[in-house]
Amino acid sequence: MTFVPHTERDRQQMLEAIGVKSIADLFSAVPQKFRFPKLNLPAPLTEMEALGELKGIADANESADDLVSFLGAGAYHHYIPAGVDSILRRGEYYTAYTPYQPEISQGTLQAIFEYQSLIVALTGMEVSNASHYDGATALAEAVNMSRAIHRGGRNKIILSPGIHPQYRAVVHTYEDGGDLQFVGEDLDLSAGPDALIDLIDEQTGLVCVAYPDFFGRVYDYTKLAEAAHAKGALLAVSANPTALGLLKPPGEMGADIVTGEGQPLGIPLSFGGPYLGILTTRNQYVRQIAGRLVGETVDNRGQRGFVLTLSTREQHIKREKASSNICTNQGLMMLAATTYLSLLGKSGLRQVAESCFHKAHYAAAEISKLKGFGLKFKDAFFHEFVIESPIPAAELNLRLLERGIIDGYDLGNDYSDMQNCVLLAVTELNSKEEIDYLVETLAEVAHA
Amino acid sequence: MPEPLIYDLGAPGRTGVNMPAPDVPLVDLPAGLVRENLPLPELSELEALRHLTRLSQLNHSILTGFYPLGSCTMKYNPIVNEETARLGGFAHAHPLQPAEMMQGSLAVMYHLQEWLKEIGGFAAVSLQPAAGAQGELAGVLMIRAYHASRGETQRNKVLIPDSAHGTNPATSAMSGYRVVEIPSDARGNLDLEALKAECDDTLAALMLTNPNTLGLFEEQVQEAIEAVHAAGGLVYGDGANMNALLGIARPGDLGVDVLHYNLHKTFTTPHGGGGPGSGPVGVAAHLADFLPGPIVGIEEEGSEEMGPVYGWHQPPKSIGRLKAFHGQFGMHVRAFTYILMQGAEGLRSVAEHAVLNGNYLRVKLQGAYKVPYDRVCMHEVVLEGRWADAPDIHALDIAKRLMDFGFHPPTNYFPLIVREALMIEPTETESKEVLDAFVDAMLKIAEEAHTNPELLQQAPHTTKYGRMDEVKAARQLVLCCEIPREQ
Ligand SMILES: Cc1ncc(COP(=O)(O)O)c(C=O)c1O
Repeated sequence: MTFVPHTERDRQQMLEAIGVKSIADLFSAVPQKFRFPKLNLPAPLTEMEALGELKGIADANESADDLVSFLGAGAYHHYIPAGVDSILRRGEYYTAYTPYQPEISQGTLQAIFEYQSLIVALTGMEVSNASHYDGATALAEAVNMSRAIHRGGRNKIILSPGIHPQYRAVVHTYEDGGDLQFVGEDLDLSAGPDALIDLIDEQTGLVCVAYPDFFGRVYDYTKLAEAAHAKGALLAVSANPTALGLLKPPGEMGADIVTGEGQPLGIPLSFGGPYLGILTTRNQYVRQIAGRLVGETVDNRGQRGFVLTLSTREQHIKREKASSNICTNQGLMMLAATTYLSLLGKSGLRQVAESCFHKAHYAAAEISKLKGFGLKFKDAFFHEFVIESPIPAAELNLRLLERGIIDGYDLGNDYSDMQNCVLLAVTELNSKEEIDYLVETLAEVAHA
Repeated sequence: MPEPLIYDLGAPGRTGVNMPAPDVPLVDLPAGLVRENLPLPELSELEALRHLTRLSQLNHSILTGFYPLGSCTMKYNPIVNEETARLGGFAHAHPLQPAEMMQGSLAVMYHLQEWLKEIGGFAAVSLQPAAGAQGELAGVLMIRAYHASRGETQRNKVLIPDSAHGTNPATSAMSGYRVVEIPSDARGNLDLEALKAECDDTLAALMLTNPNTLGLFEEQVQEAIEAVHAAGGLVYGDGANMNALLGIARPGDLGVDVLHYNLHKTFTTPHGGGGPGSGPVGVAAHLADFLPGPIVGIEEEGSEEMGPVYGWHQPPKSIGRLKAFHGQFGMHVRAFTYILMQGAEGLRSVAEHAVLNGNYLRVKLQGAYKVPYDRVCMHEVVLEGRWADAPDIHALDIAKRLMDFGFHPPTNYFPLIVREALMIEPTETESKEVLDAFVDAMLKIAEEAHTNPELLQQAPHTTKYGRMDEVKAARQLVLCCEIPREQ
């Protein structure tokens, strides 16, 4: 299947204009012994064949749509209103690129401006960027921001053990080898935010926590923010945007940076990506934020319009002094979130959040009535919680799968002392019937 | 009338998409943690969709017109890619489901790894990086880990040609390296003597873009790579320009140690208005153990009747994770679909026609415009947008005037070493008629620059918006709508 429109006649005319005999003559600068390698690839397919082939491969997956699923742990199965994909499919959006030429990119630019506004509203912060790669990299950029804000001083970073283990891994990939020192990850998991306060000192640049945390727990971080500020440190909160439809936003708790994974806002699970990194801060730190920013202005005809702004932070201007190396970000995912939030609005997002909350609490209450099962933590939670099972989580999950249930995340994968613990997520897509089926099945398989 | 802002649409109490009421008993909300005000807009479904549809109509895009934005490979993105990525088995797959349930997704990733190895001439590939710049970070971190594993921690500098993209120095600095800029020579090549002078035992790497951002194949690429290797350094390849090399030359064969691919350029995953991209990295054998992981491997070989069993594999000295989960999987499906439709011959034809189109524009425009490095180019051509006898005209004016003819302007002011640069990348999916129409417009503009410069300086004229006041945007920062705080 070719997308090259040239006819033989076109080629001849063009070669003649260029003054060479054949296309191969255009490649004489390529070292001869390496020129025109034979590539060993499958024979090309037509569109019809390719689609058939891909359908076959996709069918080899058993996805969350085919089964009952309670798996979350950083990626959530939510209902996506039909309108979201109808906007994402518009070629005017998805086949444009970074809006460098504002006169003919106002669609993307205004959408970003509105995204920035919606995220500011949701997080309670003052500035949002146009997007980052995902929740994990956004948190890594928060650490970079701290370094920039403290101008290289205060090299101690506190990472709560309640942050997603993969996010912490990404922060380490970005930062290890530099001069930062990370503490906090080995704290007792049940200690809560007060234990972090004890670690804050004059060398601390940033305290990072999650909201809800990896285990689904929610805390008011106001005291933590005050304690950090009292010592001159900053607070970064990695938040789940669905939870912010119901819960007090981190901006109101005094956070200086709020990051998050925007996937729950209308983005399909898609096996882990593309997702959406949320990155926000206070006005005073706008010059240290990574990535694109869109600002309002006027054109030479007096009309309101939008442009990329403060690009003196960015790599194409500042090169090795840039605040980050990010260039292409998650434009279309930003648009998905903007569409989702516009469609659901004030009442719809609250409905999603409340539905998740009540269903999760129902599930937790029913499971904890089962013999041998219990909740691992006592703290308040949003739509995810940890259960302790009488048998190893790996075994439990296998048995549930045989009965058509994707159980939650086996915490034994990341925490050696949690071999019997499962992290369960419940969203608006899980009906009471599904939850009851899970509870029944748990009772049945745990004592089989 | 400009399109209203989302916060100026709708009305208090209006609802859009409603969700079902919970079908379980309600419990108390967590005391003290419930937000009092959720200041989101209140629109009907139609209002929201009409607004976003109307906004879309203010964009120029590949589907609406020619988009010769240099260095970005704005080619046709096959619509079928959008179908395959949305197949239920892929779109609803949770990233933490066990590998045994996800053999379809793992098969896509495995084959894409294999094909990218073959196309680039590498020993191993990781699909994890989110975009080109993150691929660069992966590569430079691998280079640092490689030197450290050999006890050569004194290697503290990275050489970067003055024509390179800004992400190259930004990435090196993020990884703790000192950046040394290498000048270009009179033929638009990396200055080999200047390079050699920096090849000592503090050299960590050279970051090389080939073809470079002038659209030119590096004529001394082998000598340059040999010099770096002889000094114990490694060569990072910026693969943004791979569209010119498909089936033409393999960077791995030329001696590049690690390279990022841009699936959103070369392999037709859409640019999305600024992402998502995808920046897989390919490496030579000596770097394979350092790849960001996990990557997909074969757990059990297949047989006649049964395909192989795929599983996750963590490279033993991995630099770690760059992203949560497995990279931009939806983009992997699209690139996989594209390569499946191209095969080896198709990919070579892509590069050949991209280069044919590039050179056609070069010969048609030279004369009217100065081509600073006048030799056969690859997939793109860089011109100067200035004339001694039209001193008040800048590349920007030419760019803006092109909009009146219905074209997206080329990249301007990059690469930095060309004064008033106009970097034009037509791509292989544009026909001769489109190129001829573009040439006509460019020639007309060159004439206008001399006869009626104000026409250019005031451009664009026919678009819905005129030039924006960028200084005002930066000085009086307004980065979001006014948000109703009290309700
Ligand atoms: C030459 C070159 N290198 C690197 C990049 C960075 O790639 P990305 O935007 O995917 O991060 C770009 C893209 O804009 C580029 O043109």
